[in-house]
Amino acid sequence: MQRIGVFVCWCGSNIAGTVDVKQVAKALENEPGVVYSTDYQYMCSQAGQDMIVNAVKEHRLTGIVVCSCSPRMHEQTFRKTAAKAGLNPYMVEIANIREQCSWVHKDMIVGTEKAIILGKAAVAKVNLNAPLTPGESPVTKRALVIGGGIAGIQTALDIADAGFEVDIVEKKPTIGGKMAQLDKTFPTLDCAACILTPKMVDVAQHEKIRVFSFSEVSEVSGFVGNFEVTIKKKARYVKEDICTGCGACVDKCPVKKVPNEFNLGMDNRKAIYIPFAQAVPKVATIDPNACNMLKAGKCGVCSKVCTAGAIDYTQKDELVTEKYGAIVVATGFEPISMEKFDEYAYSQSKDVITSLEFERLTNAAGPTQGKLLRPSDLKHPEKIVFVQCVGSRCASCAEKGKEYCSKICCMYTAKHAMLTRDKYPDTDVTVFYIDVRTPGKNFDEFYRRATEDYGVKYIKGMVGKIVPEGDKLHVQGSDLIANEQVHIDADLVVLAAAIEPDKSARPLATMLTASMDTNDFFTEAHPKLRPVESPTAGVFLSGACQGPKDIPETVSQAGAAAAKVIGLLAKDKLLGNPCVASSDENMCNGCSSCANVCPYGAITYEDKEFRMPDRTIQVRRIAKVNPAVCQGCGCCTVTCPSGAMDLRGFTNSQIMAEVDAICK
Amino acid sequence: MNKKMLAEEIIRISGTDPKKCMKCGKCSGSCPAYDDMEYHPHQFVSMIINGNVDPLMVSESVYSCLTCFACAERCPRGVEPAKLIEAVRLFKLREKGKNRMSAEDVSAFCDADMPQQAIVSAFRKYAK
Amino acid sequence: MQVKEFKPLIVAFCCNWCSYAGADLAGNNRADYPADVKIIRLPCSCRVNPMFILKAFQKGADGVILCGCLPGDCHYTSGNYYTRRRMAMLFSMLDFLGIERERTRVEWVSAAEGAKFAATMNDFVATVKALGENKRLEDLRCKK
Repeated sequence: MQRIGVFVCWCGSNIAGTVDVKQVAKALENEPGVVYSTDYQYMCSQAGQDMIVNAVKEHRLTGIVVCSCSPRMHEQTFRKTAAKAGLNPYMVEIANIREQCSWVHKDMIVGTEKAIILGKAAVAKVNLNAPLTPGESPVTKRALVIGGGIAGIQTALDIADAGFEVDIVEKKPTIGGKMAQLDKTFPTLDCAACILTPKMVDVAQHEKIRVFSFSEVSEVSGFVGNFEVTIKKKARYVKEDICTGCGACVDKCPVKKVPNEFNLGMDNRKAIYIPFAQAVPKVATIDPNACNMLKAGKCGVCSKVCTAGAIDYTQKDELVTEKYGAIVVATGFEPISMEKFDEYAYSQSKDVITSLEFERLTNAAGPTQGKLLRPSDLKHPEKIVFVQCVGSRCASCAEKGKEYCSKICCMYTAKHAMLTRDKYPDTDVTVFYIDVRTPGKNFDEFYRRATEDYGVKYIKGMVGKIVPEGDKLHVQGSDLIANEQVHIDADLVVLAAAIEPDKSARPLATMLTASMDTNDFFTEAHPKLRPVESPTAGVFLSGACQGPKDIPETVSQAGAAAAKVIGLLAKDKLLGNPCVASSDENMCNGCSSCANVCPYGAITYEDKEFRMPDRTIQVRRIAKVNPAVCQGCGCCTVTCPSGAMDLRGFTNSQIMAEVDAICK
Repeated sequence: MNKKMLAEEIIRISGTDPKKCMKCGKCSGSCPAYDDMEYHPHQFVSMIINGNVDPLMVSESVYSCLTCFACAERCPRGVEPAKLIEAVRLFKLREKGKNRMSAEDVSAFCDADMPQQAIVSAFRKYAK
Repeated sequence: MQVKEFKPLIVAFCCNWCSYAGADLAGNNRADYPADVKIIRLPCSCRVNPMFILKAFQKGADGVILCGCLPGDCHYTSGNYYTRRRMAMLFSMLDFLGIERERTRVEWVSAAEGAKFAATMNDFVATVKALGENKRLEDLRCKK
């Protein structure tokens, strides 16, 4: 049996004005378990708190009920008071007789009556309270960043600058991501390489950052503060620590016709390659599907010319297991496939290209050394048509496009159109648009400049079809403002393809038990207030893996994610919320209902041996809640068909007791 | 039947939801019969949304539509203007006593080398 | 003969993050609502076991209202969606048992909607008052 003390607060006249506090204290005196009941002007004041501490000692109290203001106001205060008196802080309950009684009711009799009932409910609850201790878990002071694009780079740099170790895992042979492929960046038109490559060098030289390039995450276990991650380092057949990136092997490699991924297949690379000049790490990689030595055992030229002796044809995939305190997902995006948009003739003509391909065509390090030449015959295009929203905002064709707005296309199309007109004023540039969306700093001004200063023609309407005719592309579209159909014989058509999350995101989300939306974008813990955290504790989101984003937004989100990671890693120990779910293993039948509704993936199953009354041993599957991951919503408790699951601090019996007390 | 009910009836017959239209104009950009039409596919959709159906009921545009379904195929929002146009045609047929022509007259219009438009459109509708 | 005014007994389950805070805000703004409403605080509306509601009715409550965060704003991401589905099931069962649909209600009240909280409670109490006492589910043995 508990020994409960009841403390009724006057809150000056805030409570005492409408509630007869003396009568409340007197009425609660006779409740079961109550051994002491009193009232005071300001319970939260130092004197009031001292009064509680003394009463606990004097009357050997085991539980406290404070009838005062909202627990959202002073629950923490009184919990600390209880701790000071040597009681478990979770033995305190608050009856809210200010916000939910004295302030909303005017009649003294009515107010007092309700205050007594609320007090009784709190007493009933405390009678069933049990001491709770928050779980502690150590924090591994190292972070993992998955994805080495601008989002991952920025997050890693920010975390490393705060003094914590960071590992970046990048599946491609170099970090840099999509931004490394871009030519110029809106709205200021600085060249992407000029602002990105210094950051890549910073990453390479930072003593706190390790880069696992050409690697993938293959397994994740553990929880916030204590993740264990297995990283697969794919065989690149070149010893990374020895290769100097001199490029002699690339020069001499006889296999010359491998489509170059970095230039989106618009030119060729060798079987051994360094993706681009500023690659980090600047290490060669052998493509096993193209290399003669690896395919047929004949050649070995690269090995002969490598003075450092870095080539190793026998290299195998390698698994590395590391511990991390926090994981940042920065897997980014990729443009959707245009294959299914038959009406735009992407697969029929080389001169129908996507915007990312256009980026490479205009880039000085691209397949045409920056000269705008169309891919089919390398002639300078005189008429260029840009088509926006290809696959974006596409509600009816889930297999073709995406329902959302890809956000970045309006701006990069304006950039492409403007740069084309700037470099080649003789070209005729037309943009078909549905809406031009430019909500960003200096964005609309940028778009207006494209039309006003550079003479880009914007047509409100959509292209219906594109037909290759001779060496021209016949573009048929509508001009909704002129209310007529437009026919243009273009030399080059650029499609602003929708963007989608990287293909690796879905399996990664499964490994991390992080939730995703129907489009495979990672879900944030709260759309407004916790935009860089995943609902899974310890997993953070950076960049376009969470939703379409441009570079400025990505960088700011990357910094925000880093700040959250630093906040986590700065702690030596994580104190959990003790009000978490727990399962009674004797009642659990291992049905998985709870795990299915848990938004945090906090519930796992294990097989446990039970000694039966007849001395046999039975193995049963039972649920286990990880208290470090559980956030205490209680959804599982209601779902549990056998009643095994309960929520500490808000147990079924406690709530039932409250209901009883109120309805008495 | 007032204008609003008329528009609702046409929407009901068509089985599509013109309110999904985001006014991109891809239908009109796709239409092979665009120049023969007084009201173009995108206008058609917006006129039905606004309940401005009367001009459509008397317009020859309705019969300029080839029912090729290019607009329906390419519409990113699933509005399918061709179905709306077909619905107007159906509605006109269903209006008692207001048949465009009597059944007896049909043969006079038939070109021996060409199947009837109604048959062609029916095939296309059910083949989809 | 003087008829005693019927005072309904209303149990309100509020989630800690939105509707309980909304109720606090109603208090801060001194927004009036009947004292018949007694609030029980829970972490999330999805913590409400249908049994709690049945228990309240058994013990003589005349109405039960459940308040949670606005859809999409749940502190625990998806808790209120579970609430919505569970309560749809429970309410149809109560319907089957002949309990008036108006005696139970699910409302979404955000932490900023003090006025809405008070208005909701006023409306709910008026509705239950009009229905009169809960006689069908009340367990008379529970009465003193």
